[in-house]
Amino acid sequence: MDFTLPEELLIFRETVRKFVEKELEPISEQVEEEDRIPGHIVEKMKELGLFGLAIPQDSGGYGMSVLGQCVAMEELSRTNACFRTRIGTNNGIGSMGIVIAGTQEQKRKYLPKLASGEMIGAFALTEPNAGSDASAIRTTAVRKGDTYLLNGTKHFITNGDIADVSTVMALTDRSKGARGISAFLVDKGLPGFSVGKLEKKMGFRGSTTCELIFDDCEVPAANLLGREGEGFRIAMQVLDKGRLTMGACALGALEKLLELSMEYAKTRVTFGEPIINRQAIQWMLVNMAIDAYAVRNAVYHAAWKLDRGERVTKEAAMVKVLATEAAGRAADSAVQIHGGMGYMKGMAVERFYRDLRLLRIYEGTSEILRMIVAREMTR
Amino acid sequence: MKILVAIKPVPNPDEKVKIRPDGSGIVLDNIKMVINPFCEIAVEEALRIKEKQGGEVVILTVGPKEGEQQVRTALAMGADRAIQVEAEKGLDSLAVAKFLAKVVEQEKPDLVILGKQAVDDDNNQVGQILAALLSWPQATFASKIEFLDGNKKAHVGRETDGGIETIEVPLPCVVTTDLRLNEPRYASLPGIMKAKKKELKVIPSASLGVDAAPKVKVLSLASPKERAGGRKVADVAELVAKLKNEAKVL
Repeated sequence: MDFTLPEELLIFRETVRKFVEKELEPISEQVEEEDRIPGHIVEKMKELGLFGLAIPQDSGGYGMSVLGQCVAMEELSRTNACFRTRIGTNNGIGSMGIVIAGTQEQKRKYLPKLASGEMIGAFALTEPNAGSDASAIRTTAVRKGDTYLLNGTKHFITNGDIADVSTVMALTDRSKGARGISAFLVDKGLPGFSVGKLEKKMGFRGSTTCELIFDDCEVPAANLLGREGEGFRIAMQVLDKGRLTMGACALGALEKLLELSMEYAKTRVTFGEPIINRQAIQWMLVNMAIDAYAVRNAVYHAAWKLDRGERVTKEAAMVKVLATEAAGRAADSAVQIHGGMGYMKGMAVERFYRDLRLLRIYEGTSEILRMIVAREMTR
Repeated sequence: MKILVAIKPVPNPDEKVKIRPDGSGIVLDNIKMVINPFCEIAVEEALRIKEKQGGEVVILTVGPKEGEQQVRTALAMGADRAIQVEAEKGLDSLAVAKFLAKVVEQEKPDLVILGKQAVDDDNNQVGQILAALLSWPQATFASKIEFLDGNKKAHVGRETDGGIETIEVPLPCVVTTDLRLNEPRYASLPGIMKAKKKELKVIPSASLGVDAAPKVKVLSLASPKERAGGRKVADVAELVAKLKNEAKVL
């Protein structure tokens, strides 16, 4: 077995790490305060190619392996989570539907611009009464000549307010349940389509989450993604890979938390000794290191499997649970090791503690993912 | 303009290095190698010159095969092609300069840019020796480079202790870069994709007919002494007494 990363991934990891250390980390607290990413930083992210990691080369992207995407997300997650969230939708839920099921025309229209970052993509499935239970959505799409009439409200939509194109799930046939869901590409500014309330969140400052409201919104029939009734299948495919890269995000944060905690424990002196000499602290650090080792191998292995074309529904679900729960434990230990300082605004561990809480909820809660694993184990 | 840039892979300066127990070198296991920061500035400068006036940027390195990753990184930054003289680790400055001179004779560039020194051994010799071997003028510690008279000559600002010295050198010449010359770009993903298809020519060192036998031998390495904590004194008299009797500097 050879565990070495391909050379181009080593080089790209180096690039992203440098970019994070030199340009993102120094402003991560400023972004936290101002709740927005400065425009010139987004421009640099575009130049580096970060918006087009996952989009195939023949559609203007870089067609990176899932392993490569995991490496990029891992590195980007060593700082404020808003940065990787900005590129996250274009590399995942905001573009993958088009990659999987788009017509040539749809691919030509959207993918090159999503890959360059000129356009932002979003994915709108969740509704006030339908999250994990995706088939309970109520947004409807009724065919009317050459258009579909969309009505309903989506919420918790990442990048929804800045998105130029949103992949929206709506019912075209209520009687068919999940098989009655279809996916639509909805352009910004379409009459009847508006951005509702911007949510105030526990963390993820610098990244937006909002409502999308459809009020007799006429979407051209050409913007149907796949065929009628294929929306749910497309959505589930889109989510599989997302779980793996989410595991990579948790991994990056976990590794950074371990480093921050090691550093602090070496310099913080109590009763005449650095606290790293104390077993109680050592064990917390060791447990973080054990988790990091397990998570790293699990993320990379599942990514490698997916790149070989194997089905990884079970592994992806397991990886996301393993990684995000480990990161949650690490955040808790990191705050504990930092003591009172760890509870103060302006400390990275305080920010990670809040931000990482979301990872066990979005793109599949730990509970839903365990259900998926159970189903896979018993099929 | 055809520019040749020599680069050297060095241990990542942000990582702590440990000396091997026998003092013969540093522990390289698990140490990430990167392009020497001064060499990275040299690559950047070459790319900027090319972007301004066209031409070709060729990367050159002398060392073991593992250095390929740093060469590819330079290609990903935007260089056109690369040459690696595959040689053993730990050559001394003279041997490296001799290999570089051979390739310069073959490639006939208008300009050779190198980092002023590599941050591993801090020798600060290769650029100067190379210029001597080629009988070319040299402009070391450059913080500014300007070309005049249709690239017949260059004005190079050199960082000295007292300020900036500007000198004029005819081309072809050897320039070594200082820290403030520029801020190197990243190897972007589009750059990395393009770099995969760029030429990397490997030349076995034996084929160049160079006597690479070391003239310098490293006898041993030792860590700097650990700094002891400072001490507080009550008054000037005690300070003077301690400087006189303990430190014996008065």
